[in-house]
Amino acid sequence: MKRLRPFIPELVAVGLLVLAFVISAVREPKFLDIAYLFDRSTLYTETALLAIALTLVIVAGHIDLSCTSILALVGAVVITLHHKGLPFGLCAALAPVLGGLLGAFNGYLIGKRKLPSLVVTLATMALFRGGAQILLGDHGEKVPESFQHFEKLTVIPKTYFQAPLALTLVFAVAAGLLLHKTVFGRQVYAVGTNAEAARYSGVPVPSVLMRLFMLSGVVAGIASLTLLSRLGVARFDHARGQELDAITAVVLGGTSIFGGRGTVIGSLAALLLIGVVQTGMGVAGIKVESQVTVIGILLLVAVLLANLTSRRRR
Amino acid sequence: MKQRELPIALALVALVVLVSVIQPRFLSESSIQSVLLWIPLIAVCAMGQMQVILTRGIDVSVGSTLALAGMLTAMLLRDHPTLNVFLAAGIGTGIGAVLGAVNGGLIAYARVPAIVATLATLGIYRGLTFTLSGGRQVNDYEIPKELANWTNTGLFNNRLPWVVLVAVVVALATHQFLTRTRVGRNLFAIGGNPDAAALRGVPVRPVTFLAYVLCGAGAGLAGVLYASRFGNVNPASIGVGFELLVIAAAVIGGTSIFGGVGSATGAFLGCVLLGVINVALAVLQIADTWQTAVYGLVILAAVLLDDTTARRLRLAATGEE
Repeated sequence: MKRLRPFIPELVAVGLLVLAFVISAVREPKFLDIAYLFDRSTLYTETALLAIALTLVIVAGHIDLSCTSILALVGAVVITLHHKGLPFGLCAALAPVLGGLLGAFNGYLIGKRKLPSLVVTLATMALFRGGAQILLGDHGEKVPESFQHFEKLTVIPKTYFQAPLALTLVFAVAAGLLLHKTVFGRQVYAVGTNAEAARYSGVPVPSVLMRLFMLSGVVAGIASLTLLSRLGVARFDHARGQELDAITAVVLGGTSIFGGRGTVIGSLAALLLIGVVQTGMGVAGIKVESQVTVIGILLLVAVLLANLTSRRRR
Repeated sequence: MKQRELPIALALVALVVLVSVIQPRFLSESSIQSVLLWIPLIAVCAMGQMQVILTRGIDVSVGSTLALAGMLTAMLLRDHPTLNVFLAAGIGTGIGAVLGAVNGGLIAYARVPAIVATLATLGIYRGLTFTLSGGRQVNDYEIPKELANWTNTGLFNNRLPWVVLVAVVVALATHQFLTRTRVGRNLFAIGGNPDAAALRGVPVRPVTFLAYVLCGAGAGLAGVLYASRFGNVNPASIGVGFELLVIAAAVIGGTSIFGGVGSATGAFLGCVLLGVINVALAVLQIADTWQTAVYGLVILAAVLLDDTTARRLRLAATGEE
């Protein structure tokens, strides 16, 4: 029990996940249709990718509100370059690079200029979203047929194990190794616990932050490709507001918004929890617009529970 | 006016002069009217948001608070057409205050981080807006004319709408509260250094709680003004994304996100600047699609400028960087 105490926030998320799964399954047996559940999981691809990258950013005590705008702008640039005559494959290959550059802009202002990430990414959230809007206007631009519907691909033939889920898991494992098994990961925790102390112990804080925001941008660039493929169209308002969903998932998964604590596995559990709860409510006929209430309550319950049970640590 | 507000005031004047030179139509009555009508909703919310940010907090739920309070007020007026609109406005503001009190309770007493608590209530209030209204909008003909007249009539031959005066009164009251009362000064003390404030006997929790109640009340009043201004109150669209505009206005107005620094004058100027930009883009016939990007640039410019100003002031005061 003592060894588990540091992981109480994650355990709360896992506990709620099990509870939500059981309740959904008991109330509505058709919830247990495996094909349906796997199919539903593709809807969360982008939120999951963004949340995994955001976990590292938040562990470092920062936030990236602009990740969804990076997603939209990268999508807009990709489709615009394609219309200018570049082959789509090449444009798509540029997506992570573009995302990384946009992330580097955030990283410069936050890491080198030491401006608060909340305000900087609030500004670039509008700026990048606006950039996408300038490029695309109000209409959608179609993505070539050959690039569409990667979510229909199955990784292992004749199973429900689809490409988006595989991609998400690969990312989660990579991010988990990066955060928990590398020097860089330890530096991220150090910056999030106390940036000043980290600086005095020789952690290159500005460069750690630069790399984190570039990572968030690169992942947003990749997420822009998965969304383009899934929806078959580029629009300026892609994923608008989903940054809040991603942050909700990260915090629900036990990452402290003040930095210094958090795990990738916690975020993954929280994503599953949100997915199960929303799917369960959907099957039970509760409208999407009303579901946000439940997710909000869930977030509060998780944070309050973790607060109550870990108070003794202070 | 303090040194922190000066750059934004200058930027505002420069912008007005520049746009008027390029396109004299900017000084026409209808453009000025558009700017005037743009300000109240944001300004009433920004006053509360600024006070919350003063305490090192943030309230991202204002858009949803505005929505829930505005929706309930509109439904109340639809179902009881004879109800006095001032009483209804009071009820709307009160609902906002209660929603703000929930935020304040979670943050000041249950120790939930501000951004997490208000992120949760952002979802909760938004969902309740939809559930309680049954997803049905209240139409403009169901809103009493007296409420619509807050926007349509006013002083100087209706040139200065009442809603603008409401916003000015709220801003003046906030200014007096922050500069002339003990509780107002306490907000600065908490933001400047919470531990020091507690040691000096500032009741940190109740004062922090109050900041969120005031922020909620402002958002509630803005919900009432929304019903007056637009008539149609749709649960799916009212106040969506509004929190970002409000936080932007506060930040542009020189409120420091680290707490302890900010003013009613600055936040109000921030709202006016956003309103002027919004109308200037239309007058200059720059496509709507540029609007969001320009907002982003302005926030960025404000933060960079403020950083430089703050460094210079610190240098002048203490001689160290």
